[in-house]
Amino acid sequence: MDKFTTLTGIAAPMPMQNIDTDKVIPARFLKTIKRTGLGVHLFDAMRYLNDGSENPDFVLNQEPYRKAEIIIAYENFGCGSSREHAPWALLDFGIRCVIAPDFADIFFNNSFKNGILPLRLPRAVCEKLIEDSKLGGNARVTVDLERQVVVRPNGEEIPFEVDPFRKHLLLNGLDDIGQTLQHGQAIDGYETGRKQSQPWLPTIAA
Amino acid sequence: MSGPAPRTLFDKIWDSHVVERLPDGTCILYIDRHLLHEVTSPQAFEGLRLAGRKLRRPDLTIAVADHNIPTVGLRTPADIKEEDSRIQVQTLEMNVKAFGVPYIPIMDVRQGIVHIIGPELGLSLPGTTIVCGDSHTSTHGAMGALAFGIGTSEVEHVMATQTLLQAPQKNMRIDVSGTLGLGCTAKDIVLAIIGKITTAGGNGHVIEYTGDTIRALDMAGRMTVSNMTIEGGARAGLIAPDQTTFDYIRGREYAPKADDYDKAVAHWKTLPTDPGAHFDTQVFMTTAEIAPMVTWGTTPGQVIPVTGVVPNPADEADEGKRSQLQRMLDYMALTPGQRMTDVKVDVIFIGSCTNGRIEDIRAAAQVAKGRKVAEGVQALVVPGSGQVKKQAEDEGLDRILLEAGFEWRDPCCSMCLGMNPDQLTPGQRCASTSNRNFEGRQGVGGRTHLVSPAMAAAAAVTGRFTDVRQLG
Ligand code: SF4
Repeated sequence: MDKFTTLTGIAAPMPMQNIDTDKVIPARFLKTIKRTGLGVHLFDAMRYLNDGSENPDFVLNQEPYRKAEIIIAYENFGCGSSREHAPWALLDFGIRCVIAPDFADIFFNNSFKNGILPLRLPRAVCEKLIEDSKLGGNARVTVDLERQVVVRPNGEEIPFEVDPFRKHLLLNGLDDIGQTLQHGQAIDGYETGRKQSQPWLPTIAA
Repeated sequence: MSGPAPRTLFDKIWDSHVVERLPDGTCILYIDRHLLHEVTSPQAFEGLRLAGRKLRRPDLTIAVADHNIPTVGLRTPADIKEEDSRIQVQTLEMNVKAFGVPYIPIMDVRQGIVHIIGPELGLSLPGTTIVCGDSHTSTHGAMGALAFGIGTSEVEHVMATQTLLQAPQKNMRIDVSGTLGLGCTAKDIVLAIIGKITTAGGNGHVIEYTGDTIRALDMAGRMTVSNMTIEGGARAGLIAPDQTTFDYIRGREYAPKADDYDKAVAHWKTLPTDPGAHFDTQVFMTTAEIAPMVTWGTTPGQVIPVTGVVPNPADEADEGKRSQLQRMLDYMALTPGQRMTDVKVDVIFIGSCTNGRIEDIRAAAQVAKGRKVAEGVQALVVPGSGQVKKQAEDEGLDRILLEAGFEWRDPCCSMCLGMNPDQLTPGQRCASTSNRNFEGRQGVGGRTHLVSPAMAAAAAVTGRFTDVRQLG
C-alpha cells in the first residue's frame, strides 16, 4: 500500500447525496478476478452514454478533473453492498481521498483497508470545498494527514478528526497485513507453542 | 472458592487462538484451516502478488472450485461455457499451483461444495478455527470448531499471516429440548429458530446450540443447523463435540490417526462449555414449536408451518412495514390468508451446503420411492460432493430418484445461488432446500421457498406444498 502523508491535487465536485456502491461500480463488473483495472468502470452509469461514449456532462470527463485525486460529495457516500470493489475502483482511477459529511460504515472501513482516506467534514465545509473545486486547474486542495488539516486554495486551513490507529497505518503505508506482520515473532512463537501442545493436529499435504 | 472462571466452548476456542491482544481489545487470532474457493480468492492472490508476499501456511490451506461448476457434462474447466465462470476456475487452478496450495481438482471424487467436503474429509476438527471467503462457513461449527466467513481483504490477511484481526464476540445460547415430531428435521429446527429470533437476532454473537434435541441429531443434521446460523444474524454457530462427533471424524482422510486420534479425542473432551459459564443472551425452545416449515417471504425469518396460511399485511400496525410486506407478497405472488398447501410449485431444488449430504438425499428418496414427479414440475437433485454422489449411487438412491422423474446431477452449489446455468426464470416458484430466499437469489424474478429435503420431495410429487406427514 502506498503511504498517505500529504496529498495536493485536483478535487472533483460531486454534489450529490447517497452515492451508492452500485453507482461507484455497477454490479455487472463484480465477477472479475482482479482488483485493478476497475477504474475504467468507475461511475460507469453516469460516466458513459448508452452508445459507450463519454458523457461530456460528467465531471470526471472534463478537464482538469480527469486527473482528480480527491472527490467531494454529500451525505452517505458509499452506501449499498459490502463488497470491496467500490474502493478498488476509486483507487484504480487514482482517487486517494473522498471528502463528505458522512459515509456508510462498511465503505468507510473498506476505504482505509485499501489506502483511501475517507474524510468526514461538515456539510457547510463540503459546500465551500465544492465551490473551490469549481475554480478549475489552479484550485488545488491539500490534505495534510500528519497535521490533520485540509488547506483550501486560498490558504485557509480546516482541521479534521481521524482515528489514530488508522492514521498511523496510512502515514506508514501499512495495510492491516503489514501491521500484523510486525507481530511476526508472536505468530512464530504461537506456532511453535501449538506444535508442542497439539502435535496431533494434522497439516494438509499438497 | 476460586479457580478459573467457567468458560463457554466459544471462550475456550477463542482464548486458545489469541496470538496477541492489541491495546484497543482487537485480537490477532490464529487460523487453523483456511478453505479457498474460486469466487473470493482471486483478488486476494493478486494482492499477495502485488505486495510480493508469500502465502504463509499452504499446509493449512486447501482449495476447491464449487460455485461456478456446471452440474452436467463437465470434464475439465475448459468445458465451462460462461466465460466469467471459466476464468474464475482457471485462475484458481493457476494460483494454487503458483502458491503451492493443496487443491481438489474438479473431476476428483472428493470435489464438492467447500462446506460439505471440509467435514467429509476430516479437515474440520473440534476446537480449531476455520475460515473461508463465504458466509456459510458457519457450517463447520457443527464439529465444535469456531468457523466463520470473511471478506476478500481478510482472505488475503489469512494467506499472508495465518491470522485475522478480530474483535471478541458475545456468547449466545439457543437451547432446544424435546423429541422431534414425525416429518420434522434439522432444517425445520433451524427455520423455526430463525423465525423466532429473526434474521438480526444473532448480531454480534456467536451462537452455541444446546439441548437434547440438538444432541440427538446426527452430524448431518447438526451441520444443517449450524449452516443457517448466518441467516440468524450471527457469523458463527457452535455445537459441543461429543461421541457422535468423535465417531464421525474417525478414519476420515485428513483427521488424526491412531495414537494421534486418541490424544485428539482426549483434548476435544475438554472443550464443552463449563457449568455456570456466562451467556450474554439465551433463548429456549421446545419441539412443540417445530413442525415441517416453509418460508413465505423473501427473508429466511419469514417462515410458518406448512399447515399455516400466508400472513396478512393489514395486521401490521406500522405503515412502513405494512407496505414492505405487501411488496414482498406481490413479489412472491401470494395472497393474504392463502393456505400454503394450496401454493403450486414449478421447480424443486434438493442440494446446497445446507442439505446436500447423503442423509438429505436418503430423505428425499424415501419420499420419492414409488411416486412420480408431478406434471410440469422440474425436480433437480444436486449432491453436495462427489463422495455423496457416489455413495448415493452405491445405495441405489439415484435410480429411485430417476425412476420418479427427478434429475440427478453432478456436485456443486448449483441453483442455491444461480451462478452456474441452473437458474429460475422470472416468475418461477421453487421449493428449495438451500438457505436464502432473497429476491433474485436463484435467478432474476425467481420465487424461493425454503424447506427440508423431505418437504421438497413431497412438493415434487404433488406439485404443491404438501405436509410430508400426510403422504404416509
Ligand atoms: S451451496 Fe449455496 S450457500 Fe452454500 S456455499 Fe454454495 S452458494 Fe454458498
